[in-house]
Amino acid sequence: MLSIKNLHASIEGTPILRGINLEVKAGEVHAIMGPNGSGKSTLASVLAGREEYEVTEGEVFFQGKELLELSPEDRAREGVFLAFQYPIEIPGVSTTNFLRTALNQVREYRGLEPLDAVKFLSLMKEKMALVEIDQKLLSRSLNEGFSGGEKKRNEIFQMAMLEPVLSILDETDSGLDIDALRIVSNGVNKLKSKKSATIVVTHYQRLLDYIVPDFVHVLYKGRIVKSGTKELALELEEKGYDWIKEEVDSTATV
Amino acid sequence: MSKDNQILEDLNSKEYEHGWSVNFETDEAPIGLNEDIIRWISTKKEEPHWLLDWRLKAFKIWQGMTEPAWANVNYPKMDLQALRYYSAPKQSNKPKNINEVDPELIAIYERLGISLNEQKRLQGIAIDVVLDSVSVATTFKETLGKLGIVFCSFSEAVKEHPELVKKYLGSVVPMTDNYYAALNAAVFSDGSFCYIPKGVRCPMELSTYFRINAANTGQFERTLIVADDSSYVSYLEGCTAPQRDENQLHAAVVEIFAGAHAEVKYSTVQNWYPGDKEGKGGIYNFVTKRGICAGDHSKISWTQVETGSAVTWKYPSCILKGDHSIGEFYSVAVTNNYQQADTGTKMIHIGKNTKSRIVSKGISAGKSQNSYRGQVQVMKRAQNARNFSQCDSLLMGNQCGAHTFPYIDIANPSAKVEHEATTSKIGEDQIFYCNQRGIATEDAVALIVNGYAKEVLNQLPMEFAVEAQKLLALTLEGSVG
Ligand SMILES: Nc1ncnc2c1ncn2[C@@H]1O[C@H](COP(=O)(O)OP(=O)(O)O)[C@@H](O)[C@H]1O
Ligand SMILES: [Mg+2]
Repeated sequence: MLSIKNLHASIEGTPILRGINLEVKAGEVHAIMGPNGSGKSTLASVLAGREEYEVTEGEVFFQGKELLELSPEDRAREGVFLAFQYPIEIPGVSTTNFLRTALNQVREYRGLEPLDAVKFLSLMKEKMALVEIDQKLLSRSLNEGFSGGEKKRNEIFQMAMLEPVLSILDETDSGLDIDALRIVSNGVNKLKSKKSATIVVTHYQRLLDYIVPDFVHVLYKGRIVKSGTKELALELEEKGYDWIKEEVDSTATV
Repeated sequence: MSKDNQILEDLNSKEYEHGWSVNFETDEAPIGLNEDIIRWISTKKEEPHWLLDWRLKAFKIWQGMTEPAWANVNYPKMDLQALRYYSAPKQSNKPKNINEVDPELIAIYERLGISLNEQKRLQGIAIDVVLDSVSVATTFKETLGKLGIVFCSFSEAVKEHPELVKKYLGSVVPMTDNYYAALNAAVFSDGSFCYIPKGVRCPMELSTYFRINAANTGQFERTLIVADDSSYVSYLEGCTAPQRDENQLHAAVVEIFAGAHAEVKYSTVQNWYPGDKEGKGGIYNFVTKRGICAGDHSKISWTQVETGSAVTWKYPSCILKGDHSIGEFYSVAVTNNYQQADTGTKMIHIGKNTKSRIVSKGISAGKSQNSYRGQVQVMKRAQNARNFSQCDSLLMGNQCGAHTFPYIDIANPSAKVEHEATTSKIGEDQIFYCNQRGIATEDAVALIVNGYAKEVLNQLPMEFAVEAQKLLALTLEGSVG
């Protein structure tokens, strides 16, 4: 489904991603871990098409299409969803109104009729139950004055509404207490299907107790330096990142 | 940095969609301005002597005045002697009702999306339409007549209700008020008149639609709204003009009188031709709008959505004379390309326990300049006056400007006056967030801007709010990304 080949990206001339290779197949969950500043959010942003990042080398294929050739909105319409590490506030625009605009533009791209208000509302009700989100929150200005947890829950609600093919969750666990973590993870698990895939970005193994990954990758200094299964995450939890840093830095030629 | 520069190169705003004109036979005054022209207009309109005298007096006053230069706008001086002060579509006989109006005129309005045919109107809005200098049709007259409501063209009111016109004309905006108000008093051609009798709630929105069609013609309409004690009316005003290379002058006067316990809501969606992308042409919109809350517990609320004009100079104001009276001003002013707007309000607290609320949302894009100018004045007698002002500016790109000029003048220490102001930039991260959910950039801008202006748009009647949202999006089309 997703194939990242030798991806290099920089911001304002500073290289951040320095040769990422990753294959994600339908039905899989991949976890990307790594210390702060290793480039996890950068990778997520580059995949979503954020303009500030300049791709200097490499290719990305998504369902056979060259992802990097598409505008950010077309990537979304093709089914790429990014749950933001820091969701953005849009004053005066309710989540409901925002999602209705989004969903209908996605549907238009896919050649579907727009959803009328009644159908939209019943879809909302269904998805609200999934992430246990309060309707009151959805009629407030998007993310404005939301608590950290409410913002994250709202991201997953949006994901549920848009039914993406590839979901990238950037530190969705940060700012969540244990109950919220369970609810959000439950939602993500229920949304998983054989046709979709999930990339979970986190630096705590805690989340991976709930969203169980098929593969775990460690990102450090813009490269995937180690890949493994769930056990790798447990090992990182126990030993921290220092041993990996040492391993990499001692053999580094950069 | 990436997007900002692009914004500036990419200023490719949507062409003004009402920029067409129609050729039909007109009755025109000769070009220029002098006493003879004023007599010519007055004769043409078969006016009584008192009104001609009133005009001539205003003309004398105007001759002694100079054009104001304090506003934060820049434009080449207009040659007022090169303008035509009266132009009316020729109609063989004065139409008695809508069915007698020249079909060609009706066609103009149909093209603007305004149906004058009463049967066809679904929304139940009574409309008076003013083309160039004269009012050509007023709808729903009979329905309103049964309630004693007068809603007609100004000229007709002069003939049918001279006592009302005489009593209120110039009572809120005196001819001495300012340069443009004096000019308007001298040469005003037509406009709308509205009277709501005591205790009557007007059952439908009243609306006036102004259009300038003729070239080199100034439009000087006058609107007078009188809401007698305990009455209510909601009034809408819309406007368009053809696309022309020369600048055209629009200098209107609106006067509102509210008796005790009366309430008037006045909403404007201003869409005069703003000029082209290089700043050529467009309307100079120099308007004086003022309401007086004359009676106790009265209320006047101004809502304006300003998207058009090359230069806008406009300060809808409230004189809060009655005790417990309330004045409100809700404004969205958007400027793009080379547009300039200097707009705001004055709230003058005279009565006790008077309250005012100001919500101004400026949006600037392109190379435009957008200024808010507001005055809150609390007189000595105005015990317990309250004012709240919120002035926000939203910038798109870095070649435009937003300016705020609040003046606060308090002569009674019991007054409580609050002023809040913010300036923000439309964020790339907001647009990216929308993009990431599948929303195209243009639609993202529309969504963000409408969200920003929501508090003001909410004040508009439903159908108008939808129109206003579309207009905001159109005005800003191509200004980002
Ligand atoms: N806008 C920016 N300008 C300059 N450097 C940036 C910017 N965004 C991120 N970086 C740098 O890129 C590196 C990777 O950041 P990020 O992808 O956010 O890391 P992570 O998500 O793994 O913590 C960090 O060193 C960070 O300081
Ligand atoms: Mg991060």
